[in-house]
Amino acid sequence: MDAEVTLKVDGTDYRFVVDTRTTLLDALRERLGITSPKKGCDHGQCGACTILLDGRRANSCLALAVAYDGSEIVTAEGLAQNGELHPMQRAFVEHDGYQCGYCTPGQIVSAVGMLEEVKAGWPSHVTGDLNVEEVVLDDDEIRERMSGNLCRCAAYANIVPAIREVSGR
Amino acid sequence: MRPYGYVRANDVQGAVATLAEAPNAAYLAGGTNLVDLMKLGVVQPDLLVDVRRLTLERVEDLDDGGLRIGAAVPNSDLAADRKIRTRYPALSEALLAGASGQLRNLATTGGNLLQRTRCVYWQDTTTPCNKREPGSGCSAIEGHNKHHAILGASAQCVATHPSDMAVALVALDAFVNVQGPDGGRRIPIEELHRLPGDEPQRDTTLEHGELVTSVDLPPLGFLSNSRYRKVRERASYAFALVSVAAALDVEDGVVRDVRIALGGVAHKPWRATKAEEALRGEPIGEANFRVAAEIELEDAEPLRDNAFKVPLARNVITRTLLDLSEER
Repeated sequence: MDAEVTLKVDGTDYRFVVDTRTTLLDALRERLGITSPKKGCDHGQCGACTILLDGRRANSCLALAVAYDGSEIVTAEGLAQNGELHPMQRAFVEHDGYQCGYCTPGQIVSAVGMLEEVKAGWPSHVTGDLNVEEVVLDDDEIRERMSGNLCRCAAYANIVPAIREVSGR
Repeated sequence: MRPYGYVRANDVQGAVATLAEAPNAAYLAGGTNLVDLMKLGVVQPDLLVDVRRLTLERVEDLDDGGLRIGAAVPNSDLAADRKIRTRYPALSEALLAGASGQLRNLATTGGNLLQRTRCVYWQDTTTPCNKREPGSGCSAIEGHNKHHAILGASAQCVATHPSDMAVALVALDAFVNVQGPDGGRRIPIEELHRLPGDEPQRDTTLEHGELVTSVDLPPLGFLSNSRYRKVRERASYAFALVSVAAALDVEDGVVRDVRIALGGVAHKPWRATKAEEALRGEPIGEANFRVAAEIELEDAEPLRDNAFKVPLARNVITRTLLDLSEER
């Protein structure tokens, strides 16, 4: 079955027809040529496909395109503005937060979404006091909140400082 | 993936009517479990009825002092909700102990309740599985069963229920509101999930077409003294080996009331009623907590690879009740 879908991706509007089986990940990569979201596991286990979906980080491999008709998406390549890298992108470069780079776009988008969650006061599994007004984003918090993004090169030791720097701590 | 149709219903009644008429249709909400299972070929619906935007997307106060959680509330919003954090902390903790940040943003309350087992044999269509293909046999009983049930299993199925959230809801005595083709009903959450018996293909007591619309939390004051403790094979982003949700009401050093539920041990979130009965009216303390846990686990029937879950469950129950005693 085919369905028409409208999406706004990285500031550009698209209208196209997809098979209802198409995930947002495949729609972005195969139909729109936006290849920064990567296909790692394709089962929601690795986070390489992470996008901002209506402002929140999400696994695009488990979201059906037809179900998110009308949504606004930001991918890693849409984070840069006017040729200037997003602070999170710059921090990953400066801290060498990658080796092969395959998980990096997902890591960066996830980190950007994660900092918004912290700003909104969302607790995590390692937050001592659930009722805390303001979360202190220490390294344990960063690791817990980023656990949905795997790096097979294990660049975590540099990813954590990159995120820490952008968080302003 | 097999081709399928997709409809987005305009309202709950429309969704229920559409699904009820299609024997092989499925509701779609966040899709974090269903889409994965469709990719694996484990579940092959011919029609998806999208209900993500149909049900309540908020947490509301009820007249009786409890809370109503809309089925569409994402797991992340529910965990962060101030009323939940303050009045039912075990629920926030359970949600935060599950999945990843990205998945919690997509996953919904209704979908989390109805997620399917992570039994590796059930997810592998090349192996026999009575849940996937009734009568084909159980590969786990004689296979790798480290992650399987120690309580309430049957000769047909030893799978466990994977949800953290549901374990907390069972300890919190929640009710599940559903709408079906013949009207609505309100189900005590303990009666939503079922033991496998000789129908392991049925995870829940829901009839075809019934849609979870909301979950109600009761206005029990002592539920604010509740915790969720989860033991898993890595620090984050893994299913429970064993988990415990508990709420404790203590007066003058004596247990006035208590709620205990276990995750990772059975085909459903396991309400530890025997342990609860053993504790009511007894003084708090490690020895009593341990004895109560042992009473509950007397019925445990571990498999080849999961005998460790019995002492683990005993210790986690004891530790959680001690934490709740100290926090008072």
